Parts: sequence; C-alpha cells; structure tokens
Amino acid sequence: MSTTVWVSLANIFGVLGAAVLLAALLTWGERRLLGFWQDRPGPNRVGPFGLFQVVADMIKLFFKEDFIPRFADRPVFILAPTIVMASMLLGFAVIPVAPMVGVIDLNVGLLFFLAMSSMAVYSVILGAYASNNKYALLGGLRAAAQTVSYEVFMGLSLMGVVMMAGSFNLREIVLAQQGGWFILPQAIGFLVFFIAGIAESHRLPFDLPEAEHELTAGFHTEYSSMKFGMFFVGEYLSVILISALVTTLFLGGWLGPWLPPVVWFFLKTGFLVMIFVLLRAAIPRPRYDQLMQFGWKIMLPLALANLLATGGVLLWLG
Amino acid sequence: MYPVYFYLTAAVAVVATAMVIFSRNAVHALLHLIVSLLAVAVIFFQLGAPLAAALEVIVYAGAIMVLMVFVIMMLNQGDAAVAQESTWLQPGSWVGPGILSGILLVQLVLMLMLAGQGTAANGAGTAEISYVGAREVGISLFSRYLLAVELASMLLLAGLVGAFHLARQKPTADMGASHDE
Repeated sequence: MSTTVWVSLANIFGVLGAAVLLAALLTWGERRLLGFWQDRPGPNRVGPFGLFQVVADMIKLFFKEDFIPRFADRPVFILAPTIVMASMLLGFAVIPVAPMVGVIDLNVGLLFFLAMSSMAVYSVILGAYASNNKYALLGGLRAAAQTVSYEVFMGLSLMGVVMMAGSFNLREIVLAQQGGWFILPQAIGFLVFFIAGIAESHRLPFDLPEAEHELTAGFHTEYSSMKFGMFFVGEYLSVILISALVTTLFLGGWLGPWLPPVVWFFLKTGFLVMIFVLLRAAIPRPRYDQLMQFGWKIMLPLALANLLATGGVLLWLG
Repeated sequence: MYPVYFYLTAAVAVVATAMVIFSRNAVHALLHLIVSLLAVAVIFFQLGAPLAAALEVIVYAGAIMVLMVFVIMMLNQGDAAVAQESTWLQPGSWVGPGILSGILLVQLVLMLMLAGQGTAANGAGTAEISYVGAREVGISLFSRYLLAVELASMLLLAGLVGAFHLARQKPTADMGASHDE
C-alpha cells in the first residue's frame, strides 16, 4: 500500500518537476538554437555553454518590482497568469512518459488535455481584460478569436487517431502503435494538429496576440516580474506539452528499440521542441486576417476530409 | 463514494452560482459562472461520468464562456457599469422575484421528498408524478414531434443566415481607397 503511494508521489513530483525544469531550460535552449541558426553565439557567458543564464534571468525576474497598475482589475490581474501555469501542468498529468511513468491513467485522457488547453485561453483573455490597456485588449481579442477557431480543428484532427486506436486513453493509443506509428496513416491529422498546437500556444509565427511590432507586448503589456515570468514559463510549458502529446499520438510515445522507453520519449519530444524553435527562426508572422482565413478555409476542411477518409478506410477494412 | 467530496463540490457550485447573481462586475460574474461550470464537471466526474465531465469543460467552460467573456470584454464596461449594477441590486428590486422563486423552490423540494417517500412506500404517493428520462425525451422528439424539431432547426438556420447577412461587409464605392488591396 505505502509503496504504491510513494510510487505515485514520485511520479507526480517527477513529471511535474521535470516539466517546469525543462520549460525553464528551454528559455536558454531556444536562444542558443536561434543564435546557431542566425550565425551568432546566443547567451554563452554565464556558466558552461551559458547554461546559468536561466538562473541569471530568474534572479532578475524575482527582484524586479511586481507592479500592478492602479487602473487594473486587481483580483483578475493576479489570477490571470496562474491559470496558464495551472492548466498546462494539469495537462502534463495525463501524458504517459513510459510504461510505469506518468501521473494518472485516465480513460478520457485526450479529452482531458483538450479541456485543459481550452482553459488556458482564459489566462490570456483575462490578463488582457484586467490590464485595462488598449494594446492588451487588442491582443486579448486576437488571442480569443485565434484559440477558439484553432481549437475546433485541433480536436477534429485528433479524432482520426482516436478512431484508429479505438480509445481516448493515451496509454492505449501508444500501445496501438506497436504495429507502426500513426504519423504515416494520419499524416494530415499530424500536420493539422501540429499547426493548431502552435496557434494554441501562440508561438511565432502565430504570436499575433503579443505581436511586438504593433501591440507593444500584447496581452502581457502591463505585466512585470514574476507575473510576466508565469506567462513566459506557461508558454514554454505549452510548447513542451504539445510536443509530448504529438509524440504520444503520432510518434509512438515511448516505443522504440535499444534505448530505455523514457529516453525515447524525451528524444522524440526534444526533437519536436526543436522544430518549434526552427519554425520561429524560419517563418515570418502572417497578418491577422490571413491567420483566420487559413484556419477556417484550409485547416478545417482538411481536418474534416481526413476524418471522412479515415472513417471510410476503417469501415472498408472492417 | 465519498459524500464529503460531493458536498464540498456542490457547495462550491452553489456559492459560485450565487456570486454570479450578486457580483456587480460583469466579468467577475462570468468568472464565477465558469467556476460553477467547473464544479459541475467535477461532480459529473465523481458520479462516474468522466465523458460528460470532459465535454462540460470543453464545450461550456472552454468554448461558450470564452465567447461570452470575449463579448463582455469588447463592451469594456468600466466603473460606471458597476455603479449602475449596484443601483439595480437594491432590495426593492429583488425581494419580489426572490419570494416567487422561493415558492417554486419549496414546491420542488416537496415534490422530491414526496417522490422519495413514494418509492419507499412502493409507489403509493407518486401516482401523479411520472418520471420522463432522457431516452423517452429522445424517442418522442424524433418520432412524434419530428416535424417540430425539423421546423426548429430550419428556424435556427434562418437565424444563422440572417446573422451572416447582417454582419457581412457590403462592397462600397470607395473600397479601393480605404483598403490596401
């Protein structure tokens, strides 16, 4: 009895601790990778390879003045940054890292993830509203429209995988890929989900809610110190969460030869995170109306066609 | 299974719903409504309906409420709206409806208690109360009242088309001058 309690406690603190730690490390990793692709060193002064830059940034964030504007809606202003952190960390709870590693084995795991990612939207919207600032408000409006639209086919693109695996349970979905990863039969679903994932975590090229060339800093214009830090870490958490979920759903999760399962999971997730950074380095930002048109006129029909084709083929194969 | 957890969650739902009514700031009221929906989802989960719980969060708390917050945010009501709301929340304006809904609540509680006693006493007290479940509603909607359902769906479609027509931008003569395309 007590050993199972210890095992699940170790799982909870291990998985969530690793998620936060990796998100913090990613702030350094991203700048190093961007520097590499842009022919410059990036942060390389503090510690080996500039690794302690993370610590330096954290000290800076902690000691900045935690300013709440006089015109802000105080309780909502304080609440907003915590929502993205909390919902993203809860999302990690259903990720099956390896056969024995993972916080909870939920039957509706995939739906739980979708629910948490739709909760995370509130962080941006409420942060924008509570700031009582026109740039923040514009950023919040964009974020609301963008995430609500992209959520629609984010869910639809996953249904092909669900149909092939016959389950919402993420562990069963991984086990269903022993014959072959779902990225091959579900290539369209993978593409649509990955693009929707970028939009959900509002990373460049889809970072219009915080587009600094026109909205100063978008929804977090009025935020400083650790409140800004929470938005920041929340964004990196969502990048890692989307990557981990793509690994689970399309790249066979922990499955792989020779190496231990946990290592495979981290390798695949790390590769996808690197793709996120590469996209940021390579692709310019679209206009806002282009973004919405792309979503509704291209991605949604693609997701629906993928759903239809998958259903048809599965019926045909019996 | 764990009655304490159930009652705790139910209390959260009830308090949050009360705060929706008594809150003077529209956005705060909406936030309490979201909490109330989340509490209902947790209750579903505790009662062994995880699918209903997940759909409650995704559809109600995650999509519909986002749109409502979106609209309220666009209206951008400031302190003036809060002051106006406080004048509306004077006792004179809510005592009447409060008493009337109190009567309804008492009736509902009495009915539920009678129904409980009725099943205990082998259906003696529930002669006139018949229970209509989801299955019966579904069957009668799609057999006897099929025409009404189809008419309602056409009405909704007409509303959708009308909204689209009203919201659409009409091409004007000076479009080339005002747009960059």
